[in-house]
Amino acid sequence: MTATLTRSARPTVFARPSGARKFKNGLATTLVTAAFLVALVPLVWLLWTVISKGFHVIMSSSWWTESQHNQTQKTPGGGALHAIVGTLEQVALCSVISVPIAILVGIYLVEYARGPFARVTTFMVDILTGIPSIVAALFIYALFVSTFHHLRSGWLVSMALVILMVPVIVRTTEEMLKLVPNELREASYALGVPKWKTIAKIVLPTAFTGLVTGVILGVARVAGETAPLLILVGYAQGMNANLFGTKFQGSLPGMINDEFTNLNTATGGSAYHLDPNGKRVAGGAINYAPDRMWGAALTLIAIVLLLNVIARFVARFNKVSQ
Amino acid sequence: MAKRIEGKNLNIYYGKFLAVSNVNFTIAPNSVTAFIGPSGCGKSTVLRTLNRMHEVIAGASVQGKVLLDGDDIYESGIDPVAVRRTIGMVFQRPNPFPTMSIYDNVAAGLKLQSGRIRKSELDAVVEKSLRSANLWGEVQDRLNKPGAGLSGGQQQRLCIARAIAVAPDVLLMDEPCSALDPISTMAIEDLIRVLKKDYTIVIVTHNMQQAARISERTAFFNLAGVGQPGELVEMDDTQTIFTNPTDKRTEDYISGAFG
Amino acid sequence: MADGDLPTDLASRSTNGVTPARGGNPFASRIGGGGVGLQPAPPAAAAPVQPAALVGSAEPLAAAAPSDAPPVTGAGSPALGTPKGKVRLGDRVLLALTTGAAGFVVVLVVLVAFFLLVKSVPSILDDKVNFLTSTEWSPTPGNLRFGIAPLLYTTVVISILAMILAVPTAIGIALFITHYAPKSIARPVAYAIDLLAAIPSIIYGIWGARVLAPHLVGAQHALYHLGGVPLFKDRNVPTGSLFNGGVVLAIMILPIVTAISRDVFERTPRENIEAAWALGATKWEMVRLAVLPYGRAGVISGAMLGLGRALGETIAVFLILSKVSHFSPSMFSGGETIASKIANSASEFNDPASTGAYIAAGLVLFVLTFVVNAAARTIVNRRKDFT
Repeated sequence: MTATLTRSARPTVFARPSGARKFKNGLATTLVTAAFLVALVPLVWLLWTVISKGFHVIMSSSWWTESQHNQTQKTPGGGALHAIVGTLEQVALCSVISVPIAILVGIYLVEYARGPFARVTTFMVDILTGIPSIVAALFIYALFVSTFHHLRSGWLVSMALVILMVPVIVRTTEEMLKLVPNELREASYALGVPKWKTIAKIVLPTAFTGLVTGVILGVARVAGETAPLLILVGYAQGMNANLFGTKFQGSLPGMINDEFTNLNTATGGSAYHLDPNGKRVAGGAINYAPDRMWGAALTLIAIVLLLNVIARFVARFNKVSQ
Repeated sequence: MAKRIEGKNLNIYYGKFLAVSNVNFTIAPNSVTAFIGPSGCGKSTVLRTLNRMHEVIAGASVQGKVLLDGDDIYESGIDPVAVRRTIGMVFQRPNPFPTMSIYDNVAAGLKLQSGRIRKSELDAVVEKSLRSANLWGEVQDRLNKPGAGLSGGQQQRLCIARAIAVAPDVLLMDEPCSALDPISTMAIEDLIRVLKKDYTIVIVTHNMQQAARISERTAFFNLAGVGQPGELVEMDDTQTIFTNPTDKRTEDYISGAFG
Repeated sequence: MADGDLPTDLASRSTNGVTPARGGNPFASRIGGGGVGLQPAPPAAAAPVQPAALVGSAEPLAAAAPSDAPPVTGAGSPALGTPKGKVRLGDRVLLALTTGAAGFVVVLVVLVAFFLLVKSVPSILDDKVNFLTSTEWSPTPGNLRFGIAPLLYTTVVISILAMILAVPTAIGIALFITHYAPKSIARPVAYAIDLLAAIPSIIYGIWGARVLAPHLVGAQHALYHLGGVPLFKDRNVPTGSLFNGGVVLAIMILPIVTAISRDVFERTPRENIEAAWALGATKWEMVRLAVLPYGRAGVISGAMLGLGRALGETIAVFLILSKVSHFSPSMFSGGETIASKIANSASEFNDPASTGAYIAAGLVLFVLTFVVNAAARTIVNRRKDFT
């Protein structure tokens, strides 16, 4: 065969990349892979911390059925029901307001937007996307508390969350509606179907799962927001299901924050602590704050990640993005 | 410069799927060879195995040999990067790098291969390549403008200039005119006739008239049957293929009975 | 995908609409035959409010006429029957609703700016020291003395530190996912990074303060000895330093920057990648020739969005940073950012004058994030000129 005959002459034929090029290529591959490995460290570490420190806490039945009413760092038991209820209420009110507005804005931007007002709207949505949560909270404070003299209350938190949630949903709605092929709209117009009906019956149903995904992601985004809680409602250990009252209200981020401040305050001082059965046990001070903090953190992560997984699951059914 | 290419017992796979089976051919230096055949028959796939572009697709693989003046480009230890430097390629759709100027597009390959080059030397190569691609006159006063701003035909000639700037031995062209208008197509065809003085050229084309106009040799590819891999039906002088083909299938294809 | 594959609520919603099939015209059978919205209006229907159309807008499903309705033709067709220039009620309602919602967003943003201004300007005017340059912060009613300088400094330094750490890593991960890793690894990794973005910032805060901080003491010590310049000089807190906060912020913005970079890298045109290969590029050279130039604007805007996040981050920074009595420019010192200062002082919002001081700080933060986001947007728009 000719190949065997010419093999000896081969090395000069294909000039291999120079050593420097090979080195750079290898270095780049190493760095890229290293970046990925480095990024995995905090992810795994953080999840492991929260799960290993919080899992036994949320497995107790009282966690899901009781509040922290009358509990201190030194007394065992109690739960996070008050916080879960507070968070769910605040997020629910926020969603009820945000979702219709945001979807309508999305429809406007994709189906109707023309001229300067459309550009202004896009610009404003951009600004809204970038507003830090603390600024949103300050605005609600300045509007309702400073100007209209409302007292701090759970529903004010919902108002601040609206500011944070609307742009998230507008964005996904916009993306999803843009994915609906124009041929569908034109086919509908060609049959004499008016525009509003084309949107209501063809565009929205086609993009429906995409819209649901956007809403769920929006909910997940605001469920863990803490800054508005610090400014707009105090944290209560007991159950307060009244979103519109002026009493303090519990919430998961609020609970994490509260237990965080208790981490160091309870150590030392007493010569005994109560064991899980309520008996006095001699020995150094004990502090249940860390348990509760990690428990609340795990509960919050579980809720948020669950919402994300649901959103991705729903997105699988999406008709236009596949 | 220009070199002979031989394909020996080529079996080309996408994953486990055999796309093209048992292809053998010899392409003479300084000639233009056209690959023709119906869509999906594997002619572009064969072309892409000639400079190891095929394996860029995940899971794709090749069995057999491709010999460049007797050296197997698939031999273990051969770096595909080195192969592609020696065997240039022009694609179906003009693909200048969108963020680079005309000048930088032409210089791109050269800058990769020889680290630091003197500006004057680079200038000379860029001008020579653009002249060879018959584009110099049209772009000489806007070399620093983005290459994406040119017309389709000019972009394709820019891509040819980019490919020949690194002085390859062989130039592969994958339907280089299919996205162009007739005038630009003629310009590219004229260019191909000139370029064969310096390069071995293999061109895949859907356009039989084009194959007849520019090539000396023509290879006809076809599917062996529905769901079967593509194969090389016959390869001969272009004149012969278009006037007196050996194989009935070639005749049917040429006469427009299918494809 | 057929209707039968969909969740029931979705299926019911699209009953009267479409089955968006691939190819073919999905409406032909349903709309054409059923006459959705084709209410045979009387030819003289000059009034835009047609009774049938009203029913349609209120209860869309009820509008579906029996499919044996004769096809409307000629002068009887609604299109011809509706005088020019008149718009259907349904269209006007939907246009009004969507425009109204858009207007709400516009008004909302204007109100945010307006209220932050109105509530802060009196306090700024009453400030006994220079608001922009002073390092004091004691907004006591009657003797307002507050300056934004140290807060602004801390905010910017901690965010830039986060950027320096996060952006190169994010680019690396994005390249790994899009061009280096095999698909079987890339997908789960992309998924995991996205989940990282969903974790609430307070959890990064408690983790960063309680778990990560002790492990950073060593690194902080090593960096300190590079020292000399003011940025590295003081070392008055072992944990809770700006360095500590910056590292946690970096981890927090990593997913956003990665997600956006990944997105643009994935969209690198195949033709350009192949052009690079065909020129005899190594993998890294292919990335440099085709992927990075194409994705540059996207990466920069992603980085800016990450910066915007870092600047405005409240609770994580609030939990991690140690407060110090005297401002120090060192990144191994503690401090407060604008956001953490506001969060920290929520209980002091009693008097309008001192509250105004904090709202003024919030206004600065608002302007800062606005500028950064606007810059990100401009970069994205400018790249369009070159392609």
